[in-house]
Amino acid sequence: MDAIILQFFNGLEKGSAYALIALGLTLIFGTLGVVNFAHGALFMIGAFCAVTLRKVFEISKVSLDPTKTDFLGKPLEVKTPYVEAWFGETVGSAMINYSVPLAILLTIPVMLFVGWAMERGLIKHFYKRPHADQILVTFGLAIVLQEIVKYFFGANPIQMMAPSDYSGTVNIGAMLGMDIFYPVWRLVYFFFSAVIIGGVFAFLQFTTFGMVVRAGMADRETVGLLGIDIDKRFTLMFGLAAGVAGLAGVMYTPILSPNYHMGMDFLVLSFVVVVVGGMGSLPGAVAAGFLLGILQSFASLNEVKAIIPGIDQIIIYLVAIVILLTRPRGLMGRKGVMED
Amino acid sequence: MFGLNQKDTKFLLIVVALTLLTPFLLNPFPTDSAMAQFNAGYPALMQRFAIYGLMAIGFNILFGLTGYLSFGHAAFLGVGSYSAVWMFKLLSMNILPAIILAMIVSGLFALAIGYISLRRSGIYFSILTLAFAEMSYRLAYSVLTPITNGETGLQLNLNDPRILDGAADTSSLPVPGLFGMKMNSTYTLDIGAWSFDFNVGFYVCAVIAILGFYMSLRIFRSPFGMMLRAVKSNQQRMNYTGLNSRPYTLAAFVISGIYAGLAGALLAAMDPLAGAERMQWTASGEVVLMTILGGAGTLMGPVLGAGFIKYCENIFSKINETILHSWFSFLPDSLESVVVWFFARFVGEGWHLTLGVLFMLIVIFLPGGLVEGGQRIASWWKNRGKDEDSSNQPAE
Repeated sequence: MDAIILQFFNGLEKGSAYALIALGLTLIFGTLGVVNFAHGALFMIGAFCAVTLRKVFEISKVSLDPTKTDFLGKPLEVKTPYVEAWFGETVGSAMINYSVPLAILLTIPVMLFVGWAMERGLIKHFYKRPHADQILVTFGLAIVLQEIVKYFFGANPIQMMAPSDYSGTVNIGAMLGMDIFYPVWRLVYFFFSAVIIGGVFAFLQFTTFGMVVRAGMADRETVGLLGIDIDKRFTLMFGLAAGVAGLAGVMYTPILSPNYHMGMDFLVLSFVVVVVGGMGSLPGAVAAGFLLGILQSFASLNEVKAIIPGIDQIIIYLVAIVILLTRPRGLMGRKGVMED
Repeated sequence: MFGLNQKDTKFLLIVVALTLLTPFLLNPFPTDSAMAQFNAGYPALMQRFAIYGLMAIGFNILFGLTGYLSFGHAAFLGVGSYSAVWMFKLLSMNILPAIILAMIVSGLFALAIGYISLRRSGIYFSILTLAFAEMSYRLAYSVLTPITNGETGLQLNLNDPRILDGAADTSSLPVPGLFGMKMNSTYTLDIGAWSFDFNVGFYVCAVIAILGFYMSLRIFRSPFGMMLRAVKSNQQRMNYTGLNSRPYTLAAFVISGIYAGLAGALLAAMDPLAGAERMQWTASGEVVLMTILGGAGTLMGPVLGAGFIKYCENIFSKINETILHSWFSFLPDSLESVVVWFFARFVGEGWHLTLGVLFMLIVIFLPGGLVEGGQRIASWWKNRGKDEDSSNQPAE
């Protein structure tokens, strides 16, 4: 029982990452009709925003302390990060400690800019081209972004710490009278993604801007005929999708140490998630993300593995095949999207 | 000749000539010159050109003709490799049984996967094939370890039975061969400052690749090929005329699967080991990229794309900063270091960056791939002496 609850929470955490990436992919696909293979790279750039911010915070002034000596007998070098020197020791060390959540503030403008630049500079020219071309060009872009990150940050994973208040574990089974300890940050990640997903849906559902975007998704031409510059709004949606991917990446860094190819690892899974959810359906993407995350976690239970060996490795793909064969358009796919 | 019209015969003969003369064509620079790094005429690379060219030709029969984009062809490559290595272990080091078994097994595998995947089209088909390939890859790593030897990869052993070979000497691992011709034996011809390698393995691959090319040429020109093209342009209309297009697409899928299995068997024949990473989705993606880069739906395109990618992979990754310094030493020192720094990002470990940039440039400016680039240059060459008003004629 303990193991089942634990795996359920693991599934929620995995599922929230899948759901966030798949949500962004679906936003781009649903609005612009572009298959974006660079979306994993956006996730990675978000993660490296957190790395950058922490590195910036940790830039230190080196001063010599004559009262102490190191083991060679020279005066000890004391490193004081500039943030501590400027904002006082408490605020400064808190800033370093909280560099991952603070990186959100850096990530949002960076990702909006990256998304805007990508859409205006590259994707714009590919609306009328076949999907194969879109896949190829965004794949090329993903490789380029990946190599740039590799040049600046190296090929090894960089370990990131959650803020010390959130880096421990919490007993999630206390209410049920059981002892199930679970890392706090993973719970935080789940709530964070729930807020983001809720925010995106609320934005689309309750604002005029969102209404126009939804109308544009349903029938782009008619919205254009009504005198609305739908392209401009879609560009913004691309930025928003990039932002969602970036935020998913930032907060994921304490769970998975960022490396330059993490985007590619998530990309394929997210595509499976999007297709299982149904191309172009936002609720479908979120539902499928959580569904596959939870199923994957349950499949890695030892009891399940004892019955069907190797199931934990293939469950996602197996479920995808079954769903695609039984429900032709995925869980909640719209009719007529990508059916040719 | 060969059941082809005159133009195609000429084309085929040119391809045959180019393939057989590859050791000369890819070694244009003298061995000791500074340009020798751009020589690609060494056996391992030439074999790869032929093998991946063959695989791309097969992939093109499915993708280029029917438009079905499969993301799972690496699975057939892997299955072919595994069955070939098992043949080497159990039966004989002769590559013929290995190749035949690999083609049969990968064909059956493609039949099963294709039968299920082809129920859907478009991106759903792509994801289905991707899912099957990833499942094979992961199972090869985990549950199927007795067959695939997991992460170590399947290798030859000194105490393998090899029933047909009988009692050969057991002091060293045997080398795959074709009736006594060892795959790794190479004859080196020195002419002046040049040296050319003629490798048995390459010629075996080349002959098979030519046969594969001939097959694909026949398919492209046959009624069956026309049917596949019809599927690409409007499958719905075909269905409305009362024609079941599924057997045709399934046949195309199986044929391209067999090509991939054959390529896998040849990879194993050149270097008798098989690893699961050959089945990863990146390997499937590579074939897709080769085909699209070269020009999907054209006869020569996939081969060009395969050669292009393998050339970048092997040549660019070998260049390092010292070599760059020697190239740019004519520049003033300060400028030299800047230029070398810039180019060093694109070579050596950074060759992926080159590949990414080239993908983007080719897709942006040459949507039809390298073949279209060639056609544009050819039409420019033809039109260059004519009046300006004739230049607005559409190329092709």
